[in-house]
Amino acid sequence: MKFEVLMPSLSPTMETGTLTKWLVAAGDSVSIGDLVAEIETDKSTMEVDAQEDGTVLELLVAEGSENIPINTPIAILEIDGDEMSIPASPPPEVVTEAPPKTSEVITEAAPKTPEVITEAAPPPKVEQPHGVSETLRTDVRTALRDAMAEEMRRDEMVFLMGEEVAEYQGAYKISQGLLEEFGERRVVDTPITEHGFTGLGVGAAFAGLRPIVEFMTFNFAMQAMDQMINSAAKTLYMSGGQMGCPIVFRGPNGAAARVAAQHSQDYAAWYSHIPGLKVIQPFSAADAKGLLKSAIRDDNPVIFLENEILYSHESDVPIDEDFTVPIGKARIWQQGNDVTLVSFGIGMSHTLRAAEMLRDIGIDAEIIDLRTLRPMDTATVIESVKKTNRCVTIEEGWPVCSIGNYVSSVIMQEAFDWLDAPVINCTGKDVPMPYAANLEKLALISPNDIVEAVRSVTYR
Amino acid sequence: MAAQRRRRTQKPTKDELLGYYKSMLLIRRFEEKAGQLYGMGHIGGFCHLYIGQEAVVTGLEAVAIKGDKRITAYRDHGHMLACGMHPNGVMAELTGRQGGYSCGKGGSMHMFSKERHFYGGHGIVGAQVPIGAGLAFADKYLQTDNITFTYFGDGAANQGQIYETFNMASLWKLPVIFVIENNQYAMGTSTERASSTPEFHTRGAAFEIPSEMVDGMDVVAVKEAGERAAKHCRGGGGPYILELLTYRYRGHSMSDPAKYRSREEVQKVRGEQDPIDMVRVRLLALKSVNEDDIKKIDKDIRALVNSAADFAKASPEPDVKELYTDVYR
Ligand SMILES: Cc1ncc(C[n+]2csc(CCOP(=O)(O)OP(=O)(O)O)c2C)c(N)n1
Ligand SMILES: [Mg+2]
Repeated sequence: MKFEVLMPSLSPTMETGTLTKWLVAAGDSVSIGDLVAEIETDKSTMEVDAQEDGTVLELLVAEGSENIPINTPIAILEIDGDEMSIPASPPPEVVTEAPPKTSEVITEAAPKTPEVITEAAPPPKVEQPHGVSETLRTDVRTALRDAMAEEMRRDEMVFLMGEEVAEYQGAYKISQGLLEEFGERRVVDTPITEHGFTGLGVGAAFAGLRPIVEFMTFNFAMQAMDQMINSAAKTLYMSGGQMGCPIVFRGPNGAAARVAAQHSQDYAAWYSHIPGLKVIQPFSAADAKGLLKSAIRDDNPVIFLENEILYSHESDVPIDEDFTVPIGKARIWQQGNDVTLVSFGIGMSHTLRAAEMLRDIGIDAEIIDLRTLRPMDTATVIESVKKTNRCVTIEEGWPVCSIGNYVSSVIMQEAFDWLDAPVINCTGKDVPMPYAANLEKLALISPNDIVEAVRSVTYR
Repeated sequence: MAAQRRRRTQKPTKDELLGYYKSMLLIRRFEEKAGQLYGMGHIGGFCHLYIGQEAVVTGLEAVAIKGDKRITAYRDHGHMLACGMHPNGVMAELTGRQGGYSCGKGGSMHMFSKERHFYGGHGIVGAQVPIGAGLAFADKYLQTDNITFTYFGDGAANQGQIYETFNMASLWKLPVIFVIENNQYAMGTSTERASSTPEFHTRGAAFEIPSEMVDGMDVVAVKEAGERAAKHCRGGGGPYILELLTYRYRGHSMSDPAKYRSREEVQKVRGEQDPIDMVRVRLLALKSVNEDDIKKIDKDIRALVNSAADFAKASPEPDVKELYTDVYR
């Protein structure tokens, strides 16, 4: 039986190649796996192996021949027919088989604007005011600690790891008392080794545990970025849904005070870019608690961005152990008619102060706390903008490719006809954080910036 | 390859040798077929073949027990076949089809099987190492008797995260075997050109991790070293390092300039140290195995691989709806 050896393709872009060398001659006998020829393209060299046991009958192209199209027969083998379990000549139909017309199908199905993955939208119910159950005045620090403690009591698989989380009680005292209650098996002090312990946490999550990984601050998570994105966020997809990664990465994010450029940065926009991650940045203590509990219960990797300056801020927090706040749901902090202010995290402090100043000049602002940045509750924003016809976004991070940029783009696509003014993004200044007190103040957003922006979109 | 020689504890039985032979031959034939399918355009992107290194996974899988975990980098086809994943599912993933282990969404470098405790298939050099320690962390946390085989290359051994992981694994006595597959090259860079100390097994010393250098072309030697390592880990002794001296016959991936080493070097290893030939010789030396028995095995394996290739070509591409699934759970 005759068997054709074809010119192979070395890469998806290769069309032709050079046969640099024959390693066999007519009459030679070859076994499966034996090398028969060497071929070359501008990029690479590869050896062609015998796909069957047999004898070389004929070499069809001369050594040194250039520009041989892929799939051209280059040699003929005589092989033992009885041993065969596949047809002798690799059927050219297989090779030339029209590829299924996937690209067409995709173009048809593709939405006009790139689809952003959000969870099935949660039912649009107005959030229960916190007065439903009994509440206690609590600061964000305690709220976060309580959230972790409650979830650790509830689920043995939950554990906390990070630098100084155990004996030291947390660099910012968030894990106070946890070592005492849960012991060193579940509250694990790590070496200063962000890349390593983040990967280790991801592996533990693959194996079914539910790690909470604390970063002393998110500035240091830069060293672990690869594990968070390439390993934690993408593996569910790459495994066709098999390998989930239920893990929470949490810690303070954003500018503290006078710690300069390497210790003052808001990563909201960075992580929000990544499909596969959920990103939360709470403002109030109640949201901090309710969202952290939801994050720990969630089966996906969640980035939970806290803020050092907010740790001691207090609000009424439900004491009910079953209290949670749904991920992916914004909160209308204050109703208003003249302009929509969209913010999150520490940006909310500035926004609330600005709203008071605006009230004094007769501007009635509607305030939306996004709370979750991915999946983002843009529906609530759009609904509000259709009422106020104006929008200003407020965040601490930098202006280029910011959260505000994304919100603006959604508004433009979904509520363009309702806008009476361009959307303005109030952000931190486009510089590394300076140390000098006066410069630092200038680099951060201020309530005044917000008031200015609102005056400009309301033409007052 | 001057690997440390230890006295053999026991001669391998005929059945053991047959098992090694079949496992290694399946990997070899599978990889050759993958190379051919690549050549015909059925497989795209990167495709890293394991030909030459078959004894490493085969020897170590021989000491794995139910529930043990394994994780490796992108040169992963051999690991999957050796731990019992089906050739059809692996090949169909290479062709990007619905029938692949990741439904066509992972490809050659990213495949997983919860059922077989195979945790990937990782494309970032070195990233699988802390993850492997994390798998072992879970076993310790859950107080199981299982261990994790964490494989990485000589190139990966120069990544900082490896040493972060050695430190934690030793500090916390994690049941993990770090398997360094020293195939002498990271792409085109030989170990001498990349490593100040190319004896990678010595690198655990700073963390007090016991280690051995082993002839990774000799499946029996690999298995015996694996037994020692597994015993240490399962007994609560913490991590263990095995450096396996091995060799890849093919290019780093399908497109490889083949300029960094000579054909003679490759041929010499192939001719003198081939792991499969070595076992075939051992088998034939036994009076109870003859050429016909070997031929029958070869034939069965070729049929298995051919049907995997047929399956991989016939399986449909994933439904376009799959584009948006599995991003979140
Ligand atoms: C972090 C990272 N850097 C570079 C690469 C590109 N790359 C892929 S494989 C490889 C060589 C790795 O060699 P080795 O660890 O010895 O494994 P082998 O390929 O020999 O199995 C490189 C540099 C990568 N995938 N990831
Ligand atoms: Mg290597």
